[in-house]
Amino acid sequence: MGKVHIEIDGQKLEAEVGSMIIEVADKADIYIPRFCYHKKLSVAANCRMCMVDVANLPKAVPACATPVAEGMVIDTRSQKAINAQKAVMEFLLINHPLDCPVCDQGGECELQDLSVGYGDDVSRFTEGKRVVKDKDIGPLIATDMTRCIHCTRCVRFGQEIVGIREFGATGRGEHMEIGTYIEETVESEVSANIIDLCPVGALTAKPSQFKARAWELRQAPSIAAHDCLGSNIFVHHRRGEIIRVVPRENESINEVWLSDRDRFSYQGLTEGARLLNPRIKRNGEWEDCDWQTALNLVASEMKRIIGASNGNDFGILMGNNATTEESYLAQRMLRKAGSNNIDFRTRRRDYTGDGRGSVRSGMNFPMENLDTMDATLLIGADLRHEQPLTALRVRKSTGYGKAMAINPFDGEYNFRLSNELQPKSNMLAQEFACVLAAADALRPESLNAEAKEWLDGIEFNDEHKEIAQNLIDGEASCILMGVYVQEHPQAETINWLAETLASVTDSDWGYMTQGCNAAGNKIAGAVPCQSAAGGKSEQGKTAKEMLTEGLKGYMLVNCEPDVESIWAEQALQNLKDAEFVVALTSFADGRVPDYANVMLPIAGCYETSGTYINVEGKWQSFAAAVKAPGEARPGWKVLRVLANLLDLSGFEYESSLQVINELREKFDAVGDVRVARKVPPPMMVVNEQETNRECLGLYMVDPLVRRAGALQKTPKASTHPISISRVKTR
Amino acid sequence: MANEVCFRTLHLDTPWSIDAYESVGGYSSLKKIAAGELCYDTIIDELKLSALRGRGGAGFPTGLKWSFMPRNMPGQKYVVCNSDEGEPGTFKDRDILRYNPHQLIEGMIIAGYVMNATVGYNYMRGEFYEPFARMEAAIAEAKERNYLGDNILGMDFNFELHNHLGAGAYICGEETALIESIEGKKGQPRFKPPFPANYGVFGRPTNVNNTESYASVPAILQHGGQWFLKLGKPNNGGTKIFSVSGHVNNPGNFEINMGTPFKDLLELAGGVLGGKQLKAVIPGGSSSPVLPADIMMDLTMDYDSIGKAGSMLGSGAVMVLDENTCMVEVAAITAHFYYEESCGQCSPCREGTGWMSRVIHRILKGDGRAEDLDNLDRVAGNIMGRTICALGDAAAMPVQGFLKHFRHEFEYMIEHKRSMVKG
Amino acid sequence: MTDFNYDQTLHLKNLLSPDAIAEIDGWIKKYPPERKRPPIIAALKVVQEHNGNYLTEELMQAVAEYLDVPHIAVYEVATFYSMFHLNEVGKHVISVCNNISCSLRGADKVIEHLQNRLNIKVGETTDDGVYTIKTVECMAACGGAPMLEVDKVYHENLTEEKIDQILSDIAAVELNSKEMSNVEAKD
Repeated sequence: MGKVHIEIDGQKLEAEVGSMIIEVADKADIYIPRFCYHKKLSVAANCRMCMVDVANLPKAVPACATPVAEGMVIDTRSQKAINAQKAVMEFLLINHPLDCPVCDQGGECELQDLSVGYGDDVSRFTEGKRVVKDKDIGPLIATDMTRCIHCTRCVRFGQEIVGIREFGATGRGEHMEIGTYIEETVESEVSANIIDLCPVGALTAKPSQFKARAWELRQAPSIAAHDCLGSNIFVHHRRGEIIRVVPRENESINEVWLSDRDRFSYQGLTEGARLLNPRIKRNGEWEDCDWQTALNLVASEMKRIIGASNGNDFGILMGNNATTEESYLAQRMLRKAGSNNIDFRTRRRDYTGDGRGSVRSGMNFPMENLDTMDATLLIGADLRHEQPLTALRVRKSTGYGKAMAINPFDGEYNFRLSNELQPKSNMLAQEFACVLAAADALRPESLNAEAKEWLDGIEFNDEHKEIAQNLIDGEASCILMGVYVQEHPQAETINWLAETLASVTDSDWGYMTQGCNAAGNKIAGAVPCQSAAGGKSEQGKTAKEMLTEGLKGYMLVNCEPDVESIWAEQALQNLKDAEFVVALTSFADGRVPDYANVMLPIAGCYETSGTYINVEGKWQSFAAAVKAPGEARPGWKVLRVLANLLDLSGFEYESSLQVINELREKFDAVGDVRVARKVPPPMMVVNEQETNRECLGLYMVDPLVRRAGALQKTPKASTHPISISRVKTR
Repeated sequence: MANEVCFRTLHLDTPWSIDAYESVGGYSSLKKIAAGELCYDTIIDELKLSALRGRGGAGFPTGLKWSFMPRNMPGQKYVVCNSDEGEPGTFKDRDILRYNPHQLIEGMIIAGYVMNATVGYNYMRGEFYEPFARMEAAIAEAKERNYLGDNILGMDFNFELHNHLGAGAYICGEETALIESIEGKKGQPRFKPPFPANYGVFGRPTNVNNTESYASVPAILQHGGQWFLKLGKPNNGGTKIFSVSGHVNNPGNFEINMGTPFKDLLELAGGVLGGKQLKAVIPGGSSSPVLPADIMMDLTMDYDSIGKAGSMLGSGAVMVLDENTCMVEVAAITAHFYYEESCGQCSPCREGTGWMSRVIHRILKGDGRAEDLDNLDRVAGNIMGRTICALGDAAAMPVQGFLKHFRHEFEYMIEHKRSMVKG
Repeated sequence: MTDFNYDQTLHLKNLLSPDAIAEIDGWIKKYPPERKRPPIIAALKVVQEHNGNYLTEELMQAVAEYLDVPHIAVYEVATFYSMFHLNEVGKHVISVCNNISCSLRGADKVIEHLQNRLNIKVGETTDDGVYTIKTVECMAACGGAPMLEVDKVYHENLTEEKIDQILSDIAAVELNSKEMSNVEAKD
């Protein structure tokens, strides 16, 4: 791209050819007022607020839609520009209700802010104002469309970013209305971004409606905890009460967006029944007690069971929101105490890959690259319901690239697929293998003899060949596996296929993981096969073994296996049958009280400091945004004290930072431990009953989300995204 | 001489039939192309020489516009005819469609040939049922004689022409709104650039011309650009159809030479209805500012002359107002029209047209206030030049025109709460 | 963007005659096959005509499903163009132009006469559901002002006598169709 030289308000600037005046001004921190322009959306040029004065042009022009040209001299504050801006402001205000005192947007409203600079104090409009009847569009977004200034950002968001047009502008002229037209709940899993986009108070967050004024809020940066992206957020709170969560811009992860799940899960902190004191169950009745009493009991029971079984009969299960610090301390404590039974993968069937592949699980390429793939092959990936923002990135790539899917279910896509195969749930590996066979035929020199032998006899058709060809043809291409694959009984075979296909076709590859911290848990060593940073460990029991075969003692850290696990029913029974169950949990409700013997109140999301490592391997640490209620303490502190009570040495940490630094040092010392995957055993057809027929629903993934009221009222809450009915079995 | 170009079949029986059209030399230009007597360059040159300017209202030179089309760019390109005829006072395209459809068809085929476009759409307003039927029949006739379809007259050139119907929206007469409408969307104008010649229907290069513009082309190529130019005057070539309506004895379409004095046109239209005095004329459709009789009677009917007088020739819709016409009423009708027809996209137009209409109607109801007129003028000025398309200007200009020449009637009504003319 | 929960009994093919479907399919063929939206306007017109001159939410959704476009894309079009009626109207919608040229030539008298004859105001429908009077903007027939359009036909240079004739012609058509349906009922 060439450069041109322009001048804005006397500042000499260099700008890319083809960029618009407003982009250049923004980069130079010269503010031009705007309502409809948004850097992530197409240029609509309809609000006409950003009018600026370009030398030698007779009329003021919109900065959002006027490309720069060599030698252009722009004045954003000349009389001509100001006149135009003021005129537009007057038009926007004549039908605006000016009900700022009762509007949630008050104090952070772009219209309000600009009207201070560009509005008149006296209105010359004396005709009646427009009133628009409101429609209920669901539990997440409150509407007051009389306030709407028709910038169409919300409409363009649906059309361009999400690819699902739920909002539109109906009617014409002054009667134009933004909305769904008929009363309909918006269904998209990223719908609430229109709250941030709306420059006025037409679209506001329903869960925080009338709860606080913008200027009363303090903001704390944090990391979202419900998918493996680790979206960056701000937690807004008023004197310790969380009022809302909003996106914090990070171009390489969440851009400026946030999934509805990450935005509204905070409600679970107050809507779930919080555990405020340590509790011990005596004679079937729960009694509050002090920390010392509870921890002493836990320590002695752990010592007893571990000691009696040589470590075999006690195990720790980490939940989906567990921080890396918690996992690191838990595994270190357990291993020092004499057991290797720790796992977080309560939804994994196939453990044959344990100890193989990369220690930091996930993707081998930056997530941003998804935007520009020429070809993306999805395997068992329901991106919209697993990592909603990833689907937006893949959608971007389909502007010119191809997206393909081999999903054993009726996926819901917000982009067009060039190729789609829908095998039966137990034939996923077989179908995928055909693509590798096709790729081998197209590039016969790539595979080694062992792999070729494995592929021998696998036939492929034109569609398989086309998929392979697309991956080969793409200058940038990738294979992305979803959470479904990691739950599949042939997960390791599919992983191998993906890695091998990637090497044959020169593609990137990766797999998405359940929860927000699978990578962190694994690096921390919360797995039975490896200790911290891929360190050696004797093989302990896997989550599946612990939950299906039963243990005498369990420790659950923010984990509800009776809901989350694939073996929920067996898990529930085994937990009930155990001699001792201690739950480190934020909540006093659910079924944990039925089977636990001790419940220790730990801080929930945003109440503890910690670190999540995302699927790309980005370490993101955060401080507590608010204080945990009652006697609840951060999980890492509880585990550290417990380790002391177990008489273990080396647990003198004074901050979570010390914990993570220790892990980081170990990790940096060895780097990413990579063990080559083995060519899998000959392909077998697994029993259909043993394959995954169901994944965790969008709003079912962890204890916090399950308790978030507004999310639970959305249509997406009532159905599992991949339910039995949609999984292909015939 | 009248009816020499678009209306040249009008004197015949069934003027819309292909035989009638061929009898006046119809399709001879296309045949010349097939015979290799006319090529791309000569067609563009003849059109430039003819000084044919866009007949839809904007008056952009047609030859120049055609030359902008990237004819050598690979991929689909489109030829689109704007038969959305919606500017109040205009009713000429309807008559071309009804009485001489083949001349439009030939014009569009030639455009397709020049632009290397193989598909054309004729966008007619939704209420044009009768013209639609005529056009459908004419397309069928033209196909039969191989003027349309594949390998037209043995050439390596295919052209398919589709009639498209709107559904009631004045804004679709704006070329980019019309393109959006063909794409099945609301008729909301696009920001320009990019211009349709680069990014038009379905994102492909597209040439949009008015019905009368396309229909003028075959005659120009048949008789030469010089012939056409001489019918009119320099820079204002050819004939033009003037739609005369309102207070005249003989309203109708008159295809006459550009530059004909207005008073001659008025005479052709039978003079002012009932022999009354002429008060004012809206010379180029409702968006053109009104001109008082004394100014109008000295003007000739062409782009430059009307433009110099502070108005526009526009689409050639001449609305004649007699001495008993209440200008506040006409202003109110005009303002209401643009309020109804604003697409709603741009803030100034969406909010401003309603504001102006309400104020003028309030004055009409007898609730006007002294400050209203300055405010109206100011609001109109604030819309001008600040919208994506020209509808904002079209709404503002007439209001300012009425205030400029007939402010006293508004003031009278505000003060006396009744019309100065009607009592 | 097909909603997989969509009730198939509401499929356009179950709501329209084969002829009407064929008409819509004819429009679809005019546009590039990969483009789904261009036939929306034409399809809505066909549907409206076959549904007594107005559209329902159900019909708009059926059009969206048939053309495989988002529902909102159809609502947007249906609410933008003035020829679509979103509320029940009469079998014969009388559209009277009251723009400048027609007003100069007595559009208000035309409206007044129609209102008196039909005993309804502009925007209303007669109790028997036969007539609706509607005022519209310029229809490009100013040379024949005042004018109105009803049942796809323009009537120009209107006088009271002409209007009476138009109304009695419609009444005759109505009477005939009533008798026809009586005969059919007897069969």
